[in-house]
Amino acid sequence: MAQTSLSHPTAPVSLEAAPALPTKRDALLSLGARCSLPVILLLAVGFVAPLIAIFAYSFAKPRTFEVFRSFTLVNYAEIFNGSNTVWLSFLWSLGFAFATCALLALIAYPIAYGLNRVFGKWSSLVSILFVFPLFVSENVRLYGWVLFFIKNGVLDGTLKMLGFEGGPQILFQPPMILAGMLYVYLPFMLFPMTLGLAMVPRDLIDAARDLGANRWQIWREVELPLAMPGILIGMLLTFVLGIGAVAEAKILGGQSVIVISHDIEIAFTYSQNWPLGSALAVVVTIFIGALTLAVFSRLDLDRLLGRR
Amino acid sequence: MTQEAAPKLPILQLVGVRKTFNDFVAVEKIDLDVIEGEFLTIVGPSGSGKTTLLRMLAGMDQPSEGNITLHGERINEVPPNKRPTCLVFQSLALFPHKSVGDNIEFPLKVRGVDAKARKARALELMRVVRLPESYHSKNVMKCSGGERQRVALARALAYDPEVLFFDEPLSAIDYKLKKVLEKELKDLHKETGKTFIYITHSLEEAMVMSDRIGVMRAGRLVQVGTPEQIYNHPVDRFVSEFVGEVNVIEVKKEQDGAPWRGIDVPGAFHVRPPEEDAEADHAFVVIRPEYLRFLGAGDTAQNSLKGTVYNEYSLGSRIQYQVRVGEKVMLVELSRSKALPIAADRSVTVGWDAADAITVRA
Repeated sequence: MAQTSLSHPTAPVSLEAAPALPTKRDALLSLGARCSLPVILLLAVGFVAPLIAIFAYSFAKPRTFEVFRSFTLVNYAEIFNGSNTVWLSFLWSLGFAFATCALLALIAYPIAYGLNRVFGKWSSLVSILFVFPLFVSENVRLYGWVLFFIKNGVLDGTLKMLGFEGGPQILFQPPMILAGMLYVYLPFMLFPMTLGLAMVPRDLIDAARDLGANRWQIWREVELPLAMPGILIGMLLTFVLGIGAVAEAKILGGQSVIVISHDIEIAFTYSQNWPLGSALAVVVTIFIGALTLAVFSRLDLDRLLGRR
Repeated sequence: MTQEAAPKLPILQLVGVRKTFNDFVAVEKIDLDVIEGEFLTIVGPSGSGKTTLLRMLAGMDQPSEGNITLHGERINEVPPNKRPTCLVFQSLALFPHKSVGDNIEFPLKVRGVDAKARKARALELMRVVRLPESYHSKNVMKCSGGERQRVALARALAYDPEVLFFDEPLSAIDYKLKKVLEKELKDLHKETGKTFIYITHSLEEAMVMSDRIGVMRAGRLVQVGTPEQIYNHPVDRFVSEFVGEVNVIEVKKEQDGAPWRGIDVPGAFHVRPPEEDAEADHAFVVIRPEYLRFLGAGDTAQNSLKGTVYNEYSLGSRIQYQVRVGEKVMLVELSRSKALPIAADRSVTVGWDAADAITVRA
């Protein structure tokens, strides 16, 4: 502060005024606090408030709106009651999420590797092609699948017109839900994974090879461990998105399977049982939160973001 | 092939090695014999192709033309993991997720050596490179620059390679530590008796450590010789200037036996003909600053130039004067005890004898 005033022609005057100005500003918020104010307000209204409301609702009397005025654990008891089939929905969601996450890891790895090491100047084009579907709403894309695969739809109808037997009836079954999820969530696995692989210095691969490692050993000893932060973030993203996924089951699954998010939605809408829906949401949130913490505690985010 | 009388056989031979990337020629027709057990340094400015040459020797790149042989066998296509050679990278390329011990043991682990033998070998190597035993389990990223250097050396030595390559490993290290590590590297070379091939852009580094030096320029190996040969008998102006600060005067021969005419400095000079081409009539006279002297009243020299001192630099035990001679700046270095009393703007005469200067073909 003093240095800039000194270079100014009216230096003696501003030198006296200088110390007074910052103290007035300091009394208000710091620069960091002022910068984060908009996002703090947004998160307070859009994230914290609903979370508190949901949490409070989960302890309200079933099928009422007596939030903050009643306290009961009946909703939680209902969820963990053996006769309730909600655990089945949860298992479906969990199963879909696991399968999506595991299969996407296998599917995305070769592409991520290619983007980093093989495609060269084509890498950016390939990346853009993978981002492209995100510009179209998920529901629109899924209904597109329905139109394509449905009986007398694009595939089936065309084949019949050409005198064939007709397309396979694969819609409205669990494998189709999984296929839809794989398709929708691919970018969320691919990009963190690509970033993770990009974090592996080329020198280390060359060095490992020079020191006598074969391809498999290079991958296991050097490439995979160093790319792990990116891979874990991709897996976490797809897993969390997969547990919350509902559109694929509703649209492609034709409600042949009810997933947990669908159950929550039903509780809030059709059954008008907000307390039960809230309790379900709380249980799912705690489950995902615990999982996230477990994974992130093993991660070195600084390294992933290139700060070291 | 194994004659007892000839202990120093070439271990690595390059014959007409050339490397192109599309239209760009990175390395042009290099012939070189590397003698077993020598410390050979390849020096050159950045972009001279020295890294490409090293990558071909290590097996990471393949020559576009020519042959590389190891003990007489062609190894052009042998991948790096199948060669008895090891490269120390400029970045050191230590595995950041592994401990010091695991880094050093890596070459043994991938070859299936059991854990106990690996650890014994790692500790032995850590003694050789002067790392304390307690560092075996230390995170390699928590080591200092010099310690990492030693880890990289130990790792390169772990599987007992015949030839060690170094890709400017000391370039990012501060001066004082660099001096220490240069000496350690030379000691290590002596202790292990292995063939070291080192590349650097610093001739100073090369002079300290090498048995032989190869100077590269624009993909070509311009001169290969002992540090003494490179310093005192450079083959051309490039090599002479690469060795350090020099005064260069362009001269032309007018008549046999007569002094040569200066082109960029007016005057006639007594010049020894170029070593490698006695018939040349166009040459550069190269005079090192320490061979130039100020001529006082009564002092004589075969050649002399009049000029004005316009700056002086202290180089520790020596002082360097910049003397303006017409358009040209000449450098004169004196030991501190012979310093001029008042240097600035003083008119001086600098002189040298033909025997103090090197003449190279233009």
